[in-house]
Amino acid sequence: MNIPVHKYDAVIVGAGGAGLRAAIQLSEAGLKTAVLSKVFPTRSHTVAAQGGVAASLGNSEEDHWHWHMYDTVKGSDWLGDQDAIEFMCRKANEVVVELEHYGMPFDRLDNGKIYQRPFGGHMSNFGERPVRRSCAAADRTGHAMLHAMYQRNVKANTQFFVEWMALDLIRDVDGTVLGVTAMEMETGEIHIFHAKATLFATGGAGRIFHSSTNAFINTGDGLGMAARAGIPLEDMEFWQFHPTGVAGAGVLITEGVRGEGGILRNSSGERFMERYAPNAKDLASRDVVSRAMATEIKEGRGCGPNKDYVLLDITHLEPATIMKRLPGIREIAIQFAGVDPIKTPIPVVPTCHYQMGGIPTNYSGRVVIPQGGDYNVPVMGFYAAGECACASVHGANRLGTNSLLDLLVFGKSSGETMVDDIKAMPASHRELPKDAADLSLARIARLDGQKSGENVHEVRLAMQRTMQGHAGVFRFKNLLAEGVEMISQVEERVKRTEIKDKSQVWNTARTEALELENLIEVAKATMVSANGRTESRGAHVRDDAVDTPEHPDGRNDQEWLKHTLWFRDGNRLDYKPVNMKPLTVETIALKKRAY
Amino acid sequence: MSLTQEELNRLRWRCVRRGLLEVDITLEKFLDEKFSSLNDEQVQVFVELADMDDHELWGLINGTLEPATPQEAEVLAMLRK
Repeated sequence: MNIPVHKYDAVIVGAGGAGLRAAIQLSEAGLKTAVLSKVFPTRSHTVAAQGGVAASLGNSEEDHWHWHMYDTVKGSDWLGDQDAIEFMCRKANEVVVELEHYGMPFDRLDNGKIYQRPFGGHMSNFGERPVRRSCAAADRTGHAMLHAMYQRNVKANTQFFVEWMALDLIRDVDGTVLGVTAMEMETGEIHIFHAKATLFATGGAGRIFHSSTNAFINTGDGLGMAARAGIPLEDMEFWQFHPTGVAGAGVLITEGVRGEGGILRNSSGERFMERYAPNAKDLASRDVVSRAMATEIKEGRGCGPNKDYVLLDITHLEPATIMKRLPGIREIAIQFAGVDPIKTPIPVVPTCHYQMGGIPTNYSGRVVIPQGGDYNVPVMGFYAAGECACASVHGANRLGTNSLLDLLVFGKSSGETMVDDIKAMPASHRELPKDAADLSLARIARLDGQKSGENVHEVRLAMQRTMQGHAGVFRFKNLLAEGVEMISQVEERVKRTEIKDKSQVWNTARTEALELENLIEVAKATMVSANGRTESRGAHVRDDAVDTPEHPDGRNDQEWLKHTLWFRDGNRLDYKPVNMKPLTVETIALKKRAY
Repeated sequence: MSLTQEELNRLRWRCVRRGLLEVDITLEKFLDEKFSSLNDEQVQVFVELADMDDHELWGLINGTLEPATPQEAEVLAMLRK
């Protein structure tokens, strides 16, 4: 088969914040750069980010990158690599000011400087008191960021391939990455993008869970492609959850609802938080509330036909209060839960929000794998940045507003590294292997030829329910072990998916089947990694790793201060050390993570 | 305005892969349950709505933004139900 080949210096997969930031670096250096995206760039999921971007500008009060670094290490429950965290926090001011120069409409102080607001976990002087560190553009920070960076890319002549889905990574016999195969949705044709340097900036994979705040687009395509190409995935057991997403939809109900007097109830109408947090009750911290909800559901006190959610009750509040103080929430409940919260409680569940793990990289954006006793050997020609990558700056839990910072800093640093690497390479591209497109063609042929197969939506739902029930916000030893078996069974079904529509043009059914093949890799990585880690740390909390004097909050540094690596081949795990050594300052020493 | 099968397929992709989850869910449900009952003028209005930025469209759906025309208001009311 004659496959069209496009030659570029650099190919970037994903046009969210990280991909756009990297592309600016490459195009402005005069390199021929292609960016592939399933959607128009300003519709990437970065658009949903509201909170802001952290930078110790100190515009309102004294702040320092070292304090930001401390907060990030502590937030990560000491699983973050301290070299990467120092790098990110030191670079924050530079990338935020650059973004301002690209035209980002940050909120401002009267003196014209960027306004900064407080955010959970941002503290001054190594955890002493809250500090204003988050830079925002109203509640549309991600939206404004995408627009500013997209325009900068247009000016720099970045070439966008919009509504193209990357399918597989191309590696030669030495393991060097030479680009990707991709499908043009408008024609259904497979093309090869042949590159000297390839960056994955494909975002997260939150759609592996039944309840997720992530848009439908977050199907972990980069992680699936990397796993199929033999690259391990790092720390995939760590996912950040929010306690109150609308059951079945995932849309967030803000903490403000409980602040206004909202009460969580189980199937017998009991205000169960009184048992778990007698003082704070429904206003306890996110993780305490989420774990209590998960326990109620697991012990059979959930509501509904499947007993798989609890209720958020505001029916005791005056309708006038709800209309005045919580109007947006009433609209969300009506739209997505089908209930008017003035009369009927809202079904809610702990909901997946952010993926801390990903494709292992160093702070230069290079993808690194274990080889011959060295855990951080770069894969030539391959880079990753943003939520799909694991640098690792978020470790076991992410500090609020560090996600937008991550994509700016590591988008830029991976772009810079790619520029340097490409300039050091010979003028001509390395030769493509003859079988460069075979894997993708075989996957498409299997899908088109499948008879008596499985329904994509049903298999995806089975995967999502398995992940939610067995590797959710609160994890139980027996459920994890069962989950490993169950997700393997789902994987067998994924191998047999069938689509009725075989047309070539804008075939959403085919695209969704291909996305599911990426999601299942992430789901397996998550379940197996979570089953393997027998401590509690950050967002990974197990019922059999509890608070003891030896292991506060169930965290076991003697055995588990290490990163997980999951390999698709053999569904096996390996571990690598956490880098506790920052670039220039002293190690931030281990201690209990308490707020 | 009647759409060809290919135009319909493209519209579906552009409705179910958005930046905001709220918009994904609302548009997918609408396509599955109500789109086929729209008249030509309403189809045209819906195509224009689907072309908007996510925040703008979600603002129109949840009522924080005002529709520009009565025709837009009519289709938005159907999207909300």
